[in-house]
Amino acid sequence: MPIQHIKVLRNGTDEEELKVVETTGLPTWDADTKFTVVGRPQSRLEGLEKVTGRARYSYDVRLSGQLYAAVLRSPYPHARIRHIDTTKAEQLPGVHAILSSANAPDDITWYEEKSKLFDKTLRFIGDEVAAVAAESEEFAQDALRLIEVAYEPLPFVIEVEAALQPDAPRVHDKGNRVDEPTIYERGNAAAGLREADVVIEQTYTTQTAVHNSLEPHGCTAFWEGDQLTLWESTQGIFETREQVAEKLGLPEHHVRVVKEHMGGGFGSKQVPWKQTVIAALLSKQSGHPVQLMLDREAENLAAGNRNATVQRVRLGAKRDGTLTAILADIQVVVGAYMVGGEASEVNGMYERLYRCPNVRTEQIGVYINAGPCVAFRAPGHVEAAFALEAAMDELARALQLDPLTLRNRNYSEIDQKKEKPLSMPNALQVCYERATAAFGWQTYQRPAPTGPKRRGIGIAAHEWGGSGQPPAYAWIKLNGDGTVDVVTGTQDIGTGARTGLAQVAAEVLGLPIEQISVHLGDTAKGPYSPTSAGSSTQASVGPAVFAAAVEAKRQLLEVAAKLLEEEPERLEIRDGVVMVEGEPENKLTVAEVTGRLAPHMIIGQGARGPNAKDKTIRTFGAQCVEVEVDVETGEITVLRVVAAHDCGRIINPTMVDSQVFGGITQGVGFALTEERIVDEKRGLVLNANLEEYKIPTVADIPQMTNVPVNLPDLAANPTGVKGIGEPPLVPTAPAIANAVFDAIGVRLRHAPLSRRQLLAALATQAESIDKSAPPHTQEGQS
Amino acid sequence: MTQVSLTVNGSPVTREVEPRLLLVDFLRDTLGLTGTNIACDTSQCGACTIHMDGMAVKSCTVLAVQADGSTLTTIEGLATNGVLNPMQQAFWDQHGLQCGFCTPGMIMAATKLVENNPHITEAEIRHGLEGNMCRCTGYQNIVNAVAQVAAGKGG
Ligand code: FES
Ligand code: FES
Repeated sequence: MPIQHIKVLRNGTDEEELKVVETTGLPTWDADTKFTVVGRPQSRLEGLEKVTGRARYSYDVRLSGQLYAAVLRSPYPHARIRHIDTTKAEQLPGVHAILSSANAPDDITWYEEKSKLFDKTLRFIGDEVAAVAAESEEFAQDALRLIEVAYEPLPFVIEVEAALQPDAPRVHDKGNRVDEPTIYERGNAAAGLREADVVIEQTYTTQTAVHNSLEPHGCTAFWEGDQLTLWESTQGIFETREQVAEKLGLPEHHVRVVKEHMGGGFGSKQVPWKQTVIAALLSKQSGHPVQLMLDREAENLAAGNRNATVQRVRLGAKRDGTLTAILADIQVVVGAYMVGGEASEVNGMYERLYRCPNVRTEQIGVYINAGPCVAFRAPGHVEAAFALEAAMDELARALQLDPLTLRNRNYSEIDQKKEKPLSMPNALQVCYERATAAFGWQTYQRPAPTGPKRRGIGIAAHEWGGSGQPPAYAWIKLNGDGTVDVVTGTQDIGTGARTGLAQVAAEVLGLPIEQISVHLGDTAKGPYSPTSAGSSTQASVGPAVFAAAVEAKRQLLEVAAKLLEEEPERLEIRDGVVMVEGEPENKLTVAEVTGRLAPHMIIGQGARGPNAKDKTIRTFGAQCVEVEVDVETGEITVLRVVAAHDCGRIINPTMVDSQVFGGITQGVGFALTEERIVDEKRGLVLNANLEEYKIPTVADIPQMTNVPVNLPDLAANPTGVKGIGEPPLVPTAPAIANAVFDAIGVRLRHAPLSRRQLLAALATQAESIDKSAPPHTQEGQS
Repeated sequence: MTQVSLTVNGSPVTREVEPRLLLVDFLRDTLGLTGTNIACDTSQCGACTIHMDGMAVKSCTVLAVQADGSTLTTIEGLATNGVLNPMQQAFWDQHGLQCGFCTPGMIMAATKLVENNPHITEAEIRHGLEGNMCRCTGYQNIVNAVAQVAAGKGG
């Protein structure tokens, strides 16, 4: 058994190293490595299934005797169930199972607050009241209408400010603060402010945004005997297995989670939600497979969202732009419950992005009676960037510095929180240079206004994790005909993980990608891999595949060496041919070698090794934006976005571009149109649909350019890869807000930058319109 | 229950359906053609787009009974004899997809766009696809895919 070093905590303190799978002594792909498959565009391995409609999603599963389930949801933002009667619904023909607080197992709790699966206290509109499984969706809906519920409405609170008042209605008995505030301080922030020549003090707010993956949450569950199978739309098949097994009191090997394809997740599917366990229980009760998919309304009400924030920011700087203090007081609106998963670390970017000796952040979570938040693509960072990057722009204006100059003047080459070097200290610098050069930042000539239309430009930066980490495992099986099966327990959440992993395996094994198949998305068929979150799949699982392929290759060359009567060290594989260095005639194809072995098989096992300990591994990026603002209608049009993002080595440039375009587009939505709107008087979500919750359409997208930044980061792993999934969304909104200011001299501090907000701001700052060309300061550029 | 007879992907089909059954559910649940997707409750997203009597329609806005006598093509019927339609090939070539959930509807809408306007411009492509939402790709590669077909480079 090969060996991996892992740390085990003993008695909570002592660390002991255990060894499971070998991860040391691997070769690395350094900057000079020549590639044939890696770094090249490659069309997606699963593309054929997707363009022919054969790709199977959770709700495409059709099993014999399958039932369809529907959920009755709370119509009140806060209420107690006095009485529930499901008798009439039970009698409806075609209805097979019903669950509610009257009969659901009492010991299954949910959320960090440990409410019940069907709790008698309902804390948001959309909270689960009962569920029905019937022979069709229509029958299930009919049955829901026959369930009689007596609700006792309770006082509720929707607004964060109101929720923090001492006499506010309580979402939970403990009050509306999730916890004590999280406080971070280095240096002396108050003194830093006193030292400053210029201080910016502003409050920014960001909205509740909804993921709205095109495929809603849901699953098909079949509980046969002691075996439960879940076809689940999830970002983490193993996480789902573990949690479902625990909730239902099943051993893990009796729960199998399958996910072939999913229609997007963006963070909202990184934790299992109630409906998965509800579907499983309905299946057990009825003896039939049960499919439970949320509709679009439920998806908007009860399947997660990006937490709204209020951020009071203070920046202090010397005349030359050197930051002396960064302070942020942050309120994070979590909704009615904490669902777990990736934390929304709004404070993090304030602490890391800029060099500053005096930093203080204080973050608090606040409950309100609305659907709970969950990680949404770069949780915390999107919200923080909107405020911090706008505040930096305000500071630049106050100091009459170019915003880029100000950023460069406060560039941080180290991890100031841990006082460690960054693995790639100049990565953000490279992003600035490439984005601004491709955009023409320094040479930008503002076109003269045409009628009411004004142009402007803006820039914003960001940092994020994305290093990937252990554990993750993969197997490589070499078949008798020289083809390869890559097997791992990760999942492709739509990003193209199959293709990226196949490229890694093909490169190591010297085989064309057509000879590689990747099998994933099934806990029963592959080894553990982590949840696809934190932009980490290629950076966590890719190195495991790499290690497995290196091991398989070693075994292959050992066999080939015997057949060729050579030393293994003198052999290499190119284009599927094993050849002896310097002796072009002395060769065998890989298929000839594996064919001689068959039916014996070469199997390589690989594990993701640890990240370098002495360095902090982060990803960075910068975006430049040009907008046009119509000062009469308040319409903001994003004309173009140029992005440069550090994601380590690029395995597949087209897939990286695709992530960047998708991220920017979500950023445009966050900046301009996306917002869950709740009526404060009644607690109703007014736009729980795709009609009035405005995700960008093709008509809304700017011209987008992704400038590749290909900086292999070997501190992360031997392939040098880091993540790109989340970051491209982070700088877009603040860059747009900064460009709007550049265009019309009006600062919008509340996302989304609605027309109403813009026109109101214009009305109060009418004088600034007359300045036809507000200064895009060119002084002091670096 | 009402009887409907129609042609789906070249084959005649007759079934008894509830009058309230949506065409998209008829395709997915009654016929098992799960390539056509559902992503909204309000006729917004276009994931359910199919061809009905030569026109691209959102199949969630049609009742199964209204399709009686019609000729339908779904994403499963777009390839002929195992050869991909140029639009399918272009979406694959140009990375006009990520999760793929919008893809069948996008492809069905796009094939009709180009069929009806062979010299379609990029602006017209954008206008024509406004009724089809994609949450993943940022649309750029989708527009590129449709442009590839319009330029006669598909397949
Ligand atoms: S399902 Fe959204 S338009 Fe038909
Ligand atoms: S590819 Fe995911 S919605 Fe379009």
